[in-house]
Amino acid sequence: METLVSTQPVCKFAPWEDPAQEPLVRFESVTKKFGDFTAIEDLTLNIYEREFFALLGPSGCGKTTMMRMLAGFEYPTAGNIMLGQSNLQKAPPHKRPVNMMFQSYALFPHMTVEQNIGFGLKQEKTPKTEIRRRVEEMLSLVQLEPFAKRKPHQLSGGQKQRVALARSLAKKPKLLLLDEPLGALDRKLREQTQFELMNIQEQLGLTFVIVTHDQEEAMTVASRIAVMDHGKIVQVATPAEIYEYPNSRYSADFLGDVNIIEGQIDVTTGETVSLAWAEGETPLAISTKLRPQTGTTAWLAVRPEKLRISKEKPENVDNCIQGEVWDIGYTGNISTYHVKASNGAILKAQVSNREHLADRSITWEDNVYVYWEKGAGVFLEA
Amino acid sequence: MAVADITSPSEEIQETSGLSSGWGRRLLIAIPYIWLLIFFLAPFVIVLKISLSDVILARPPYFPNFDISEGWQGLLAMLQAFDLENYVWLTEDTLYLNSYLSSLRIASISTLLTLVIGYPIAYAMAKAPKEWRATLLMLVILPFWTSFLIRVYAWIGILKKEGFLNYFLLWTGVIDEPLMILNTDTAIYIGIVYSYLPFMVLPLYAVLEKLDISLLEAATDLGCSPLKAFWVITLPLSLPGVWAGCFLVFIPAVGEFVIPDILGGSSTIMIGKTLWVEFFSNRDWPVASAVAILLLLMLILPIILFQKQQEKQAEASQ
Repeated sequence: METLVSTQPVCKFAPWEDPAQEPLVRFESVTKKFGDFTAIEDLTLNIYEREFFALLGPSGCGKTTMMRMLAGFEYPTAGNIMLGQSNLQKAPPHKRPVNMMFQSYALFPHMTVEQNIGFGLKQEKTPKTEIRRRVEEMLSLVQLEPFAKRKPHQLSGGQKQRVALARSLAKKPKLLLLDEPLGALDRKLREQTQFELMNIQEQLGLTFVIVTHDQEEAMTVASRIAVMDHGKIVQVATPAEIYEYPNSRYSADFLGDVNIIEGQIDVTTGETVSLAWAEGETPLAISTKLRPQTGTTAWLAVRPEKLRISKEKPENVDNCIQGEVWDIGYTGNISTYHVKASNGAILKAQVSNREHLADRSITWEDNVYVYWEKGAGVFLEA
Repeated sequence: MAVADITSPSEEIQETSGLSSGWGRRLLIAIPYIWLLIFFLAPFVIVLKISLSDVILARPPYFPNFDISEGWQGLLAMLQAFDLENYVWLTEDTLYLNSYLSSLRIASISTLLTLVIGYPIAYAMAKAPKEWRATLLMLVILPFWTSFLIRVYAWIGILKKEGFLNYFLLWTGVIDEPLMILNTDTAIYIGIVYSYLPFMVLPLYAVLEKLDISLLEAATDLGCSPLKAFWVITLPLSLPGVWAGCFLVFIPAVGEFVIPDILGGSSTIMIGKTLWVEFFSNRDWPVASAVAILLLLMLILPIILFQKQQEKQAEASQ
């Protein structure tokens, strides 16, 4: 994987590539068990300062447990969690420089917006004038100045979400944890808030860890994503890396839409592997630096938008599969053609709709060719 | 509240089925009102009437009486015979004022004691593992399966000079001579707290169990120690339960008659006991009725407060 990173556009912010950087948070072989159930298994992970780090996975994958261990609501069964130089093993939640924005927002219903935001500062015995100044600063940050005197039940979902964010930011925590922060918002508001979150994070220069099951959200906001499955980390990388170069079928499938074709290794020539995927079909060519053994089972992952589709047989292409248009998914900006290959496998090819609907020639049950470059696909061994 | 709840679904029905449901709706609303009219307002009017009458040695022991055969004239004659004599009498004898004050004092102290004992019980129940809670709730309600009167009598056996409590304390060596508890105010407090504890625990449990655990987590996350989080989050949010429990204990405790009669001494006067004496020993129904009317007026204030509190709570939860 590391060799592929260099093909990515150079990122200005990439402390994880610099071995001299000290991580802010270190999970050192952390295991967490609830009775017989292992929620987190021997997990090691570094999170750097000023990162917007996303823990992504389906429900029950252990991402929330990771976050609760950072907040101090759960303690590891084995291993250590380090925050800077201090071991968090013994620190109770109220003695950690870590704040959390709760999924349910957990606003105190008997306090006004102001009092909610100032709550954390009040616990630290901050002087009253200083509290007022910070609260005002936070209110203007989340644009809620006119609502300072309201109670939580007088606010809309989006406003509550902002109060929760302001409250968790008021103490300027070293680390802010966001537990599915946008889950309860509708789509438009969610997209808008994602960008606001990123701006705030950049503006304040804090480290954010977000837990989400929404891959789009993770890709939009995160500097790096950890894809999790059953208490283990499958892949940690930037969103683009995971999308373009997933290390397994699991992360390929979790982030975005993907075609996965199973086959056996036919021959390996240079940096190209050919994969025999169906009787009587030409093997598929994939670029890779790996040297897999002939005859082993492997997979090709290729994104739908990287496939092209035409009614005439294309010339001089690396991979071409003939098939029949089975279904067309039209979502306005793009059309997804579901093409059934000779072995019954369905391939999805996405075409952006540059022309008007009437001008498009491909329709149901047409005989079509789906083709792509060998560099467009990713070779997967797991 | 109940009336408002009934109207909203029937409004939807009205759109579809027209006139007939309008009657159904009125009938539904009328039922609780008719109930109150028959079982509360009518007896109240009768007691009020007796309180304005004069005592006589007869059956019934008060005058005037309304004879329906005399018609309109009879009613007018009765109204003219009414006076406030009995109420004036209540202000002249300090026994009544002392009874009222003593009742308020005993009820207030008992309510406070019940709260102090009931809160930790309700809190522990709400924090217990989910699978235990139903059982714990059952245990709180269990005493109701035995007659209230029998349970209060049972306390005599525990509290008397040769009772179980003294026997136990003497046996363990905590005391050298038996404690005199029975027939004192202490016995009344024990009796009231024991009898009314479930009325305190149940509303408290209801609010504490609903309390969102993430609020406490948020408080500790923002730097609150667990003990402080209890004071600034749990306690204020459980206030509706505290109010409900206090009213449910205080209101019946003010008029309590059985417990002071069975466990209390002759020196303890409570309004319920005074009323009983007026009614049964002195056979002065008019004065007894006046005592009852005043007691009711006295309790209306806390009841209104309770209602207001309930409304506020309902509003907040919307």
